Amino acid sequence: MQAGYDEIQQYRKMRQKNAPPTPLFANLLKAFFVGGAICAFGQLVLNIYRGMGFTVAEATVPLAGTMVFLGALFTGFGWYDELGEFAGMGAALPITGFANAIVSPAMEFKREGLVQGVGKHMFEVAGPVFVYGLTVSFVIGVVRYFFGAY
Amino acid sequence: MAQITLNLTELTPAHIMVLFVSLGAVVSGLGFYQPLLDFGGAGAAVPLTGFGHALVTGILDALNQQGLLGLFTGGLTSTSFGITVAVVFGYFISILFDPRG
Repeated sequence: MQAGYDEIQQYRKMRQKNAPPTPLFANLLKAFFVGGAICAFGQLVLNIYRGMGFTVAEATVPLAGTMVFLGALFTGFGWYDELGEFAGMGAALPITGFANAIVSPAMEFKREGLVQGVGKHMFEVAGPVFVYGLTVSFVIGVVRYFFGAY
Repeated sequence: MAQITLNLTELTPAHIMVLFVSLGAVVSGLGFYQPLLDFGGAGAAVPLTGFGHALVTGILDALNQQGLLGLFTGGLTSTSFGITVAVVFGYFISILFDPRG
């Protein structure tokens, strides 16, 4: 039997009440440094692409691809989930964490098959990100279009 | 250029990621993300807000070049590289590797 929404909410509240208080400052610090380190590495990659003659705007495209690939690979090795546990959103928010959010559930549900398992669960987190990202940017495009500011 | 994200909110990481992509898109639409990108480089490009920015700039560029059609093509054009890498390599990596534990 599936737990209803209310039960889940109740469980969440209960769990929260009993959970030890999160050491907020330590968590922020970890997130800050891990997120910063990932971005600093990204800057290194960006500089390499710029050295190959791309402008900054052009270089962000292969940069995103490279970071996504590395995030996916590190997830495959099992390293990224450990980093995520340590750094929370500091690891999740960079685009490498987006790759992690695709690969991690896909690996997890592999035993349910290549279509119903991997194919379906790949977009557990990425799906909502696409939906809202595309919709919001579309609306912004419409607004800018009508104001003639594009 | 580092990012701080609040761990204290009630939200799941998925909610926060959606929020940040949308936030990046809105800030970009208002014209404030490009200066940030110029200043921060990868520090602004790598976080998911940069994905929102890429979506919006793609749409605006395409609007410029193709008119209204660009509204529908621009967002995915600018982000196609990252998305394709994410899906294709994400697929192969999840096939090749097994989850730990």
